[in-house]
Amino acid sequence: MLSFILRRVFYTVPIMLGVSLVCFALVHISPGDPLVSILPPDASVELQEQMMAIYGFDRSYPEQFLRWLGLALQGDLGNSIATGRPVASEVFNAVGNTLILAVTATIIGFTLGGLFGFVAGYFRDSWIDKLATAISVIGVSVPHYWLGMVMVIIFSVELRWLPATGAGPGGSSQWVWDWEHMQYLILPAVTMSVIPMGIVARTVRALVADILQQEFVSGLRAKGLLDRGVLAHVIKNAAPTALAVMGLQLGYLLGGSILIETVFSWPGTGFLLGQAIFQRDLPLLQGTILVLAMFFVVLNLLVDVAQTSLDPRLQRG
Amino acid sequence: MRNTVYRSSAIALAAAMLAAGPALAEKTLTIGMTAADIPRTSGQPDQGFEGNRFTGIPMYDALTHWDLSSETKPSGIVPGLATSWAVNPDDTTKWTFTLREGVTFHDGAPFTAEAVVWNVQKVLDENAPHFAPDQVGATKSRMPTLASARAIDDLTVELTTTQPDSFLPLNMTMLFMASPTHWQSLYDAVDASITDPKERAAAAWTAFAFDPSGTGPFEGDLFVPRERFEMVKNENYWDPARTPTIDRVVLVPLPDANARTAALLSGQVDWIEAPAPDAIPRIQAEGNVIYSNPQPHVWPWQLSFHEGSPWLDKRVRHAANLCVNREELQVLLGGYMGIPKGSVEPGHPWWGNPSFDIRYDPDTARALMAEAGFSAENPIKVKVQTSASGSGQMQPVTMNEYVQQSLADCFFDVELDVLEWNTVFTNWRKGAADESARGANAINVSFATMDPFFAMVRFVSTQTFPPVSNNWGLFGNAEFDALIADARTSFADADRDAALARLHTRIVEEAPFVWIAHDVGPRAMSAKVGNVTQPKNWFIDIAPMTVEE
Repeated sequence: MLSFILRRVFYTVPIMLGVSLVCFALVHISPGDPLVSILPPDASVELQEQMMAIYGFDRSYPEQFLRWLGLALQGDLGNSIATGRPVASEVFNAVGNTLILAVTATIIGFTLGGLFGFVAGYFRDSWIDKLATAISVIGVSVPHYWLGMVMVIIFSVELRWLPATGAGPGGSSQWVWDWEHMQYLILPAVTMSVIPMGIVARTVRALVADILQQEFVSGLRAKGLLDRGVLAHVIKNAAPTALAVMGLQLGYLLGGSILIETVFSWPGTGFLLGQAIFQRDLPLLQGTILVLAMFFVVLNLLVDVAQTSLDPRLQRG
Repeated sequence: MRNTVYRSSAIALAAAMLAAGPALAEKTLTIGMTAADIPRTSGQPDQGFEGNRFTGIPMYDALTHWDLSSETKPSGIVPGLATSWAVNPDDTTKWTFTLREGVTFHDGAPFTAEAVVWNVQKVLDENAPHFAPDQVGATKSRMPTLASARAIDDLTVELTTTQPDSFLPLNMTMLFMASPTHWQSLYDAVDASITDPKERAAAAWTAFAFDPSGTGPFEGDLFVPRERFEMVKNENYWDPARTPTIDRVVLVPLPDANARTAALLSGQVDWIEAPAPDAIPRIQAEGNVIYSNPQPHVWPWQLSFHEGSPWLDKRVRHAANLCVNREELQVLLGGYMGIPKGSVEPGHPWWGNPSFDIRYDPDTARALMAEAGFSAENPIKVKVQTSASGSGQMQPVTMNEYVQQSLADCFFDVELDVLEWNTVFTNWRKGAADESARGANAINVSFATMDPFFAMVRFVSTQTFPPVSNNWGLFGNAEFDALIADARTSFADADRDAALARLHTRIVEEAPFVWIAHDVGPRAMSAKVGNVTQPKNWFIDIAPMTVEE
């Protein structure tokens, strides 16, 4: 097991290097001027050249990449062009806010998704299955953006029960887990949980239904195992695949959602990424993408390790 | 004894409640901006004019101010931190500004001529210890001829320009005065492990953004990056007419129009910029007030005069200007659009008296097109580069599609090339002859007309051909260069305005644009916000406003 973990950790090194190279290349090949956020439209050539030199954009791409990578390895992701603030602190603040949102959405989505999926799979073709399946299909199909706006219209504008935007009365820097703050979290978290809930429900339903058809389940029942015991075996067999799907979904959620975070002005990574894109803020864009990509790499590693511990056959690969 | 203690406690509690009373009744104005981030707070805001509107003018003063007190007159300039100014008659590159006495920064330091020199250096002198490269972009091009500053005495400063330039007093509205004393104290407090002077200066400016100090009617109080910025009133402001009664102003970035509208309707904010147009009836039905007024803003097609352009024929340019049914477009935009007669409007000091009247007259347009050799069977092909969205672009796709249909009635076959906003903005600097034009012979980028350089000069001077500035269409000749030189060297306000009126007259007559719309800058406010004056300006003065409980 230890050698498997070490091998997987070793594999992540070239992946991370590749990710950093791709994210650097992607932001540089996109059209537009990296200094557009701070240069006025009629900036003279002299001013443009002066600013390019000050920000290091006059150097060759390999030189810029190596310099950026060298600093990134030391935890310095540079300063945002648009705000002048350090990218690392901007990204990590946003990651903290997204974690609050993503973890809440995860708890809602995985709990409801697992429950609906399991019930639907266990009572396949019954009305419970049809109801649970319908809910999960709606969850997967409804556009986030639309659902968020509808929830705001109902719960903020019409009923005035919950705030429409923001991350607390004094902003996210003063976040505490009390009702005054948590009411800001409810609408974005519920909106964010709907897609993973649908995906997890559909996956778990298919897995449970499939496992229940397998011969070993008949064998267990023939041996006289009670339903509770059979369920434990079903859950154990369904867990590795369900876990992989949940890991991917958690990765997506941790990446933030540009749409949801924009609709609710939730200052997470998606919101930050959206701002970096619209402002052509290359250091911020690179830094945010890098940190989010690293999340995926680390999450995949953790999911692989968790899957392997649940299903030792995977170690052979 | 016990009774005495209870009585004392009760009195103390009552006193505390009385003392807490005003705090509970704090008058707060919360504003939902269109910006996606808090504009820079360190003196030279970014985020276009919305930045100047919300973190510039409220916290800082400039030597000259826009007069924002009238809804009916075009805004002129009035004394700000300078009480008077004059050009040196012997050397018209030198201006003397007399400063206001007794003004202090929020940190208590006095405002002097040395502070003006320091603030000029922050954006122009690369060798100054406090040089701020990230503030240069938002400043330098707004005062393109300013070269240096020199203190003559505590209350007199001399500004030098690279060439005679009568526009300088207008330009100086954009240089906000930050406190050198406060900056120095933040510089001294930078961690000693940072030894590079430039890095220390950058760190000091970052700290300054969190703890700003200007001379304006509001002082910075709380800054949560990307989420909110709070200002409190400066009770010692030097202008009694602009000393605020509102205790606290909270700025919240809400880039999505629907989110802004929801925030207003749910009572989370008191004021939103640019409400979603289709939500305006609902906003009004809830008792909120919509304020709008034509802004010094033009939403045009800027035409190419590059070789082979279909717009080289003046009859075609005039025909296009006569074939857009602007009244109908105004209806399409829910009424929130101004109908242009030129880059500035009749009644403006720079209007002049153009012989070409921009109006909707399709019969005359078709006659001009027929004269130029075009017909329904032989339409003229034009291609327009525009954006899908963008600052000041209003609703570019809807509006361009409308103009496309409108011009089809006058034998124009219009192709739209819709690109992402920053790409169009970048292309705007490169010109019609550059490959970035992708064959387009017109570009749709809206612009501000606050000062003469931005309103006119940069589009019609041979000195501003790309990549120097925004004369994308390469329009210019000796006549226009002479008109510009005349305006730049007319130092009496009336003479300068008269020269600019002559320039504007010729611009309208030659029509290097199809003038399509003016933005009217709609903003929605709760009925509890009072004493609101929406001037004919991009800016609005928060200081005199009131908030009812």
